This record gives sequence, structure tokens and C-alpha cells, in this order.
Amino acid sequence: MSQYRLNYLEQLEAESIHIFREVAAQFERPALLFSGGKDSITMVHLAKKAFAPGKIPFPLVHIDTGHNFPEALEFRDWLANEVGATLIARKVEDTIKQRNLTEPKGKFPSRNWLQTYTLLDTIEEFKFDCCIGGARRDEEKARAKERIFSVRDEFGQWNPKLQRPELWNIYNGRIHKGENVRVFPISNWTELDIWNYIRAEKIDLPSIYFAHEREVVEHEGQLVAMSEYVRLDADDVVIKKQVRYRTVGDMTCTAAVESTASTLDDVINEIISTKISERGETRIDDKVTEAAMEDRKKNGYF
Amino acid sequence: MDLLRFITAGSVDDGKSTLIGRLLYDSKNILIDQLEQLEKSTKNRADGEIDLALLTDGLRAEREQGITIDVAYRYFTTPKRKFIIADAPGHVQYTRNMITGASNANLIIILIDARLGVIEQTRRHSIIASLLKIPHVVVAINKMDLVGYSQDLYNNIVIDYADVAKSLGLKDITYIPISALNGDNIVDKSEKINWYDGKALLQHLEEVEVNTDVNLNNSRFQVQYVIRPQTEELHDYRGYAGKVISGIYKTGDKVTVLPAGIETSISKLEVGGKEVEEVFAPQSVTIQLADDIDISRGDSIVKSTDIPQTNNEVEVLMCWLDDKPLQTGNKYYLQHNSRLVRSVVRNIEYKLDVNTLQKEAVEGNVKLNEVVKATIKTASPLVFDSYQHISGNGSAILVDETSNSTVAAVLFAPNP
Ligand SMILES: Nc1nc2c(ncn2[C@@H]2O[C@H](COP(=O)(O)OP(=O)(O)O)[C@@H](O)[C@H]2O)c(=O)[nH]1
Ligand SMILES: [Mg+2]
Repeated sequence: MSQYRLNYLEQLEAESIHIFREVAAQFERPALLFSGGKDSITMVHLAKKAFAPGKIPFPLVHIDTGHNFPEALEFRDWLANEVGATLIARKVEDTIKQRNLTEPKGKFPSRNWLQTYTLLDTIEEFKFDCCIGGARRDEEKARAKERIFSVRDEFGQWNPKLQRPELWNIYNGRIHKGENVRVFPISNWTELDIWNYIRAEKIDLPSIYFAHEREVVEHEGQLVAMSEYVRLDADDVVIKKQVRYRTVGDMTCTAAVESTASTLDDVINEIISTKISERGETRIDDKVTEAAMEDRKKNGYF
Repeated sequence: MDLLRFITAGSVDDGKSTLIGRLLYDSKNILIDQLEQLEKSTKNRADGEIDLALLTDGLRAEREQGITIDVAYRYFTTPKRKFIIADAPGHVQYTRNMITGASNANLIIILIDARLGVIEQTRRHSIIASLLKIPHVVVAINKMDLVGYSQDLYNNIVIDYADVAKSLGLKDITYIPISALNGDNIVDKSEKINWYDGKALLQHLEEVEVNTDVNLNNSRFQVQYVIRPQTEELHDYRGYAGKVISGIYKTGDKVTVLPAGIETSISKLEVGGKEVEEVFAPQSVTIQLADDIDISRGDSIVKSTDIPQTNNEVEVLMCWLDDKPLQTGNKYYLQHNSRLVRSVVRNIEYKLDVNTLQKEAVEGNVKLNEVVKATIKTASPLVFDSYQHISGNGSAILVDETSNSTVAAVLFAPNP
């Protein structure tokens, strides 16, 4: 009836843009943590809109585990160039050498845990006082309770018992020296909201989000991309399958789903009819304990 | 498809977590792996039933103690609406968490245990709903299964609650008899409660009109950030980025910049970098003005025909949120949207008993969860409206200068 009415995606967009602008105004050295996945790509799109016609007033920071999909890295470089943003990439590989860390073992050696070291070193190197992350509250139970502005101590730790009350749309980003704030502008979006927004805004994505043929090994019901980082057992069979990814992380800790969805419409239809949530389907390391995420967050993980 | 934000309130064990779990479960917003986790967590239970409350009780301490400590946000979608639920704890010591969750809500579900009826907690939660001006109230009378689905009992509770609502001036109240555990009147209408002729809870949530909650009459806008690209093509570009708090702005509108009081007009409006003719609440927009004026973050741009108050003293109702009590005489930062000013709290007139609304004398310092009437004096002027009139321009927080914690929720120019 009224022309003055926003649909839910427009409301979410307005809220996220508001948050981005608060970050730019409240912090001296913010950075956007860019993982290469659809959530961070959506964030870059929102940031672009927030500051148009100006450029995004903070760098994109990528913590490169060295286990990334080549398609995702290529896309990252293209996107940074496209929006005219500064890209800072730091390699977990280098942290491992500098700090003499122990490489993860196992069949699918994941450097996910080690990212935290590189991230904290990067924050230190550039004296970032705010890191913008793409976590969504629908991803996981501990995240459901995290504020949009989430203060971390000098060790990058989150203390769930000492969260600041966050009222109305007022965000308190004041911190002491050495502390920093993690800000999550897309907290209130769900996976499906992100996909619908990508469709509505015609946002470009790396090709691995769409069905393609790939060599995979089956491991406990999940499909893992064959790569130089995977250590095969004698009885493993490498098979070719039509797959796509729902999240883009490390090649060793992100599983593919069998799919023939080659367009955005196909992907969205698949998600609507799917019965397994995003983290459960594609994170190989999350099943370990129920409190896994809470523990990681307390230790400075994104 | 639009968006509804709601909060669930009730005292411990009234069934908030179960209700939310039920809404997610029955509207098919729980997925297999989350269910598996749930079943794993429930294995130790004697009755072997899955415990829907575990879906929302996320932090380890909560799972161990079996209570909800912090506000948890949940999401679900039906073909008609996207819903954001704030699941807040009910104990009196968690009033601050409830206020946090309630501050953004369009609707509150107040749960009442049918066996207990209207109790002190019900009253407190209703008082908070009325103070924060939550536009829509649902009174869900839960655990109807434990009272044999008795219509008489239900009617008595409705009569009792209507008294509370009347004394608080709460409007748009909907009563629904439910059993969260069994799913009666949650997603589908219950056959066991055939004497009830209203809607099931979910249908009500899908259909309640929320667009009229947005104030489109009084135009309020605060500058968050000044966009100055300073490139060759955009050499003179100066855009004032911010959120339309309320109302509508059109190109050509005569506006006044406050607190400076300078008049000018709108030369261009943009949303996400695209030029538009008009913008409205709650859009995030960029405004360009006809004249070159010195404007910075926290300044207001309002239509010249409808000007808010500008003052460096404001009467407030304030809920203290910090473990450390208010230190009278100490300076606090007051953050009014994007405007940050130093302030001091004066004249604490009385304390409001949140269980009875009685005004009481304040002895000693203002402590955690206490609601007081006071005056705040600021180092530079605020441009504001009463919370009752335009909540988005009538609310603020206090920040402790030394700890940086958010220590108070502030409502400007209250009535009571
Ligand atoms: N019989 C019955 N029990 C219920 C109902 N709703 C909740 N409960 C039970 O009441 C207890 C407390 O529920 P919970 O959802 O944790 O309450 P909360 O503290 O408000 O979150 C649990 O044992 C539930 O199973 C109901 O409609 N009927
Ligand atoms: Mg609970």
C-alpha cells in the first residue's frame, strides 16, 4: 500500500551500511577481514555502497592459509582491484616459519587454528583497532549471542560474560590501547538472505560456488577436494563428481556438496530444499565438540 | 516480504526457550545436523524426548546451569516474513539483558504459566515493554496442557492481565492460549483448545501490521560520516552519510542544520551511490546540501518546518546496566546515536520500582538494574525528541570514561 516500505533485504542492507559507517567514523585503523567467501564478498559490496561515490576507507585483509582454492585467490585480487580497495595478504606459512609453529597433522591437515596467530600478528603489525568480520548469528549457537560490536582484549580473546549491552542502533566502540573490536555487520543475515541479496544485487562470485566437475575423496560422508595438501590412505578412492561449495574456506577443511546447480536460481532452490545447515555440511573440523566454536572465539578466532 | 523483530519474555521455566525451539522446529527452520546435535545433547535425559530449549541455550555456562543468561538471537523465515527473535533471560538480575533485547523489538511475547497466572515477573516485563514503547504485545498463556486446557482459567488470566495493561497504557494486546511443549496453537490451531477463536501464534506474527510503527511524519537525520572522495572528478563532493531516523526527505526540502541552526536545502539524495528523489526511515542514505556549511559527525539535519529540541540539559529515565554503581559527580560519555558528548548526571529524583511502577526515594548510589528519573547535563547541546514521540531520536547510552563499558540506557524526556 505505502511506497515508503522496505522489504527485508533492504532493511538488512540499511542496517549493515549503518554499521559500516559507524566503523569508519569510530575507529582510526579499521580493516575488513576478507576470507574470499560469499559473506565477505557481500560485505565488500555493502561497504562499497556505504561509502559511494568515495572508496572503501579501509583495507581488505586476507589471512592466507596457503590451502586456498586458486579460484578464490584469483577472485580476491580481481575484486580488490574492481572496488579500488587496498589488499593486505598475510600468509600462515610465514607465521609457521617465524614462530616455529607445528604444522597440523592428519589426513586433512587444516591450518584453520593457526590462522589465529597470523591474524593477531597482522593486527599488531598494522595496529588495527577494529576488524570487520563476516560472521552471521545463524551459523552457530555461540555466535547467536555475540554482539555486533564485540570487544577483544590484548590477546584477541572474547569474554562472553563481559559483553557490553548493545541497545537500539547505538554502537559503543570505545576501547583501551591494545584492545580491538570485532564488528559483524551481517550478524542478522541468514545464509539464505545472503544468497537472495547476491541474486537481487547481481553480485559476482568465484566459480566454485557453482556446479563443476572436480576430483574428490569421500570421507565420513563428506566430499573433500583432491589437492596436494590431502594425505591419501591406501584405500582412498579419488572420484570425479559434479560439486559446488556452500562456503569457501581451506581446501582441507571445506567439503563440497554434490550438485548440478549452475546458476544462482538453482543454488537458491537447492538451499531452500536442503535439510542440512551450512556449518554442518561443509565444516570438517566443527563436529568435534559442541563447544568448539565458543572455545575458538575465546581464543581470538574470527 | 518484510521483517519482524520480537522478544520473548517470561520468568524462568515459563517456557521461552521451548517456545522458540517449537517455532523453529515446526516452521521447518531446524536442519538435520542441528537436530542430531540436539539429540546428542539430550541423550542423558530420562524421558528421551528431545529438549527444544537446547536449541537456543548456546553458551556452555547456560547449558550447564540450564538457564538463559545472555540475549541470543534466532532467525527464521516463513513465506510471509523474516523473523528475528531476541531470547532474553527473565530473572530480575538480568533486567539489563532484557532491555537490550527489547530495545529493537516491534513486538513482545509475554509468557505466562497457566498454573501461576499473572505474577510479579509478568508485571515487570510489561512495565519494560511500556517504558520502551514496544508497539505490539502478545500474551501467550503457556502450559495449557497442565491445566486441562481450561477455558475458565484462561479467561481469568486474561481479565487479570487486562488490568495490568490498562494501568500501563499498553495497546494492541493479543491473548493466545498455547502449549509450547506440545505445539498447541503455535504453528497450527489446536484442536484441544477449540473454544479459542483467535489465530495461532505464528499466523499472528506473520500478519501483525508493523509498517505503521515507522514514524514517517517527523523528519530526523543525524550525520554519521562525511564522504569526501577528493578525487579529480569529485573534487567538491561532500556527502553527509547517515540513517533516516524518522520521516521522509525530498530533494529541494528546506532543512536546518542543528545545533548550529543554519538553514539550507537538500540538493541531492543518494542511496547506495544511486541518486533518488526521496528517502525515508529507516534507510541509510547520503544527503548533499545546497550550501557549504561546516557539518560534522553527530550534527542533525531536519526539515525547517518541524524542529526538535536543542538543549544541554535533558530530563531522562535511565536504567543502570553496570555492576559498578553510578558515581554521582563523575563524568560519563553520552552517546546519542552518533553524537558523543561528555555529561554528568544530576538531580536523581526517584527510583522506579520495576515490579510495581511505584516511585521510591533513592538511597545511596544507583545500582545495576535500577531505573531512575534524573537530569543529565551535557558539555555541548543535544538535538533530541522525547522517547515517547520519536524513540530513535530520544534514546542514548552512557559510557564509563575509564572502563569504556556501556553503563546506562537513557530515555529522553519521559512522562512518568
Ligand atoms: N507441560 C508443559 N511443559 C512445558 C511447556 N513449555 C515448557 N515446558 C517445560 O518447562 C520447562 C522450562 O522450559 P524452558 O523453555 O527452558 O523455559 P525458559 O526458562 O522460559 O526458557 C521445561 O522442562 C519445559 O519442557 C508446556 O507448554 N507444557
Ligand atoms: Mg530459556
